[in-house]
Amino acid sequence: MRDFWKRFKRNRGAVAGLAILVLVILIAILAPLLFPQSPWKMVQRPFLPPLTMEALPLGTDALGRNVLSGLAYGAQVSLLIGLVSTVVSLLIGIPIGALAGYFGGIVDDALMRFTEFFQTVPNFALAIVLVAIFEPSVQSIIGAIAIVSWPPVARLVRGEVLSLRSREYVEAAILSGQKNSTIIWRQILPNTLSPIIVLASLMVATAILLESSLSFLGLGDPNLMSWGYMIGAARTVIRQAWWLSFFPGFAILVTVLALNLIGEGLNDALNPRLSRKGK
Amino acid sequence: MLKRLTSLAATLIVATGTAYAAPVDGGRADVVIQPEPPSLMLGLVQNGPTQMVAGNIYESLLRYDEDLEPMPQLAKSWEISDDGLTYTFHLYDNVKWHDGEPFSSADVVFSADVFLRKTHARLRTSLEHVESITAPDANTVVFKLKEPFGPFIGIFEGGTMPIVPKHIYEGTDYKTNPANNHPIGTGPFKFVEWVKGSHILLKKNEDYYIKGLPHLDEIYWHIIPDAASRAVAYETGVVDILPGGSVENFDVSRLANLDNSCITDKGWEFIGPLSWLWLNNREGPTADVRFRQAVMYAMDREFAKNALWNGLGAVAQSPVSSSTRFYTNDVTHYDYNPEKAKELLKEMGYDGTPVRLLPLPYGETWQRWAEAIKQNLEEVGINVEMVATDVAGWNQKISEWDYDLAFTYLYQYGDPALGVARTYISSNIAKGSPWNNVEGYKNPKIDEIFEKAAVAVTKEERQKLYTEAQQILTKDVPVAWLLELGFPTIYRCNVKDLVTTAIGVNDGFRDAYIEK
Repeated sequence: MRDFWKRFKRNRGAVAGLAILVLVILIAILAPLLFPQSPWKMVQRPFLPPLTMEALPLGTDALGRNVLSGLAYGAQVSLLIGLVSTVVSLLIGIPIGALAGYFGGIVDDALMRFTEFFQTVPNFALAIVLVAIFEPSVQSIIGAIAIVSWPPVARLVRGEVLSLRSREYVEAAILSGQKNSTIIWRQILPNTLSPIIVLASLMVATAILLESSLSFLGLGDPNLMSWGYMIGAARTVIRQAWWLSFFPGFAILVTVLALNLIGEGLNDALNPRLSRKGK
Repeated sequence: MLKRLTSLAATLIVATGTAYAAPVDGGRADVVIQPEPPSLMLGLVQNGPTQMVAGNIYESLLRYDEDLEPMPQLAKSWEISDDGLTYTFHLYDNVKWHDGEPFSSADVVFSADVFLRKTHARLRTSLEHVESITAPDANTVVFKLKEPFGPFIGIFEGGTMPIVPKHIYEGTDYKTNPANNHPIGTGPFKFVEWVKGSHILLKKNEDYYIKGLPHLDEIYWHIIPDAASRAVAYETGVVDILPGGSVENFDVSRLANLDNSCITDKGWEFIGPLSWLWLNNREGPTADVRFRQAVMYAMDREFAKNALWNGLGAVAQSPVSSSTRFYTNDVTHYDYNPEKAKELLKEMGYDGTPVRLLPLPYGETWQRWAEAIKQNLEEVGINVEMVATDVAGWNQKISEWDYDLAFTYLYQYGDPALGVARTYISSNIAKGSPWNNVEGYKNPKIDEIFEKAAVAVTKEERQKLYTEAQQILTKDVPVAWLLELGFPTIYRCNVKDLVTTAIGVNDGFRDAYIEK
């Protein structure tokens, strides 16, 4: 573990990314304490520019709502949806990939054709259709994002399992009469963990972007203040109120960038030999 | 914002002053039409954009001024018998259809008695009071009623009773008649071409029966699907007139403050769009009158008017719009009063049951409005869950009564018997339509008043009955009235006399001219 941290630390970008992410998480957790009032509350006159009032450093939106408070509560929504949908897609992708890689043959064929079916449909279009059909809500958005994001996981896990499958310790386990499920769970999966972790950190970033895009198009949960919603609502007034789309856009940019940097750092830290080669 | 609003109000006042210079002939009006109309055959299709374009091609017997008083159109004069049963119209005698055929009273009889009875549901209901429509001579039409019907003089408007050519439609299948693609009317402008997705071109009717009219040579309707592009088209001078509803409300003050830009919210008096929240009177907290009154007190409607509607329009005080006949201010008023709302909720013992709020899926303004109302209601302790929906879903949910609170707005057509009664009378409760008594309000007294008022002969009698109805309704709050919507028409200030009637741009180009 200490080794891991040492290697991670060497990547300065990753440390910066981690710092930003921790900050965003803190803001998300502390939002109700920092802004006891609902982010939907109309507190001042509409279209108040940033820095005109001390209490409202980022100004107000078309209905006079506090933009800063919206950003803090938006962090909650973005992180929650990013994390949960990633977990759900891992739960779909890992078993499919593991089964396909371990059993091979017809099982592999069937599962991979199924995966490819999802890969051939454009991600975003499928997500829009799913959310529109099931009516926009947190659950349907998480579900839609998970359904469009699991195929890469399945393919990655399958590849890893395929290469581990022929290792001697796996063959030894088979000979010792362990059950297939035990071998996959105990012997193989733990060794695929590092690429999965790297992939997952990037998937959270993608999920945040997807959720923002859906909200931007008006397919977000109408009861939740999210960054994408804020930008979508600001789009029509961009000529008279630049700050309404700028700040949430900046928040998305920074958070997604942080997650990508962390993913890079994790990759370096978890595959030390791989990363050194490149340098 | 406040400053901008005041200057907006100032332009409004300037814009309503009438022109003093002599009209100039010539020129082309570039106008936005949004959305693209499904058809221009006004006798078959009467939705907003169709009326706006085709209202200059087709005509009816009368037009109406801002106070909804009738003015001549195809009829140069008219008489109503003292018993209110016989309406006699004298038509202009030099009117020609756009294809050169002469127009006569036979066309009116055919349109009202045959064609529109078949195609126009709203008019058909009004014509149920009619016993006979006859043409004693080529320039006279007589409508005989079975019983007096107060709003009758108000149904001779272009979108309500467009006169269609008998020589083209008699004996044909109206819906498939090829002439539908090239509308032939009597109006001041003739149809030239319609390039789908691009534009509709109308040109001056040289043989118009009123000498000297119209002034314009052409009207060019631009079809631009995106709201932001429509705003840009006005800014860059591609179009000169933005009829109500063609740009997002958030762009209105910016466009109105451009040089040589004028704005008016007139021209909607006949239609009288009134917005409200349907409140499901059947079940849930909204079945309790105290809850419904609490909703009225909880909403900051003045804020919504200023923040979302640029200060145009007015806070609705009664189920009858103030521009509609028989409006009264002598009703229970609901000013913004959250404390009172909380008291009412406490008194009824509201237990925090969440209510579903259905926004109107007509764009950003309506979405923001729903968010503001949700916040207003939550601040007095009502738990609101916003439901996301599209137009089809909204229609279905309302028609199937699957909602607690839902946004809508409806037209009033100048008379409570035409546009108000339908929302509150119990005989109009039926699943399947989002425009009838959707809230499920039942009050025999109200049924009786509306029934009596429709057939009462004198104005005074009708006023008395409608005043009573408005007083009862504002006490019962079957729906939560929001705003009398002010749809602004934005135009270059050198376009004169564009909005002179109660239906505004829909028939306004007859008198409009462009000052050089």
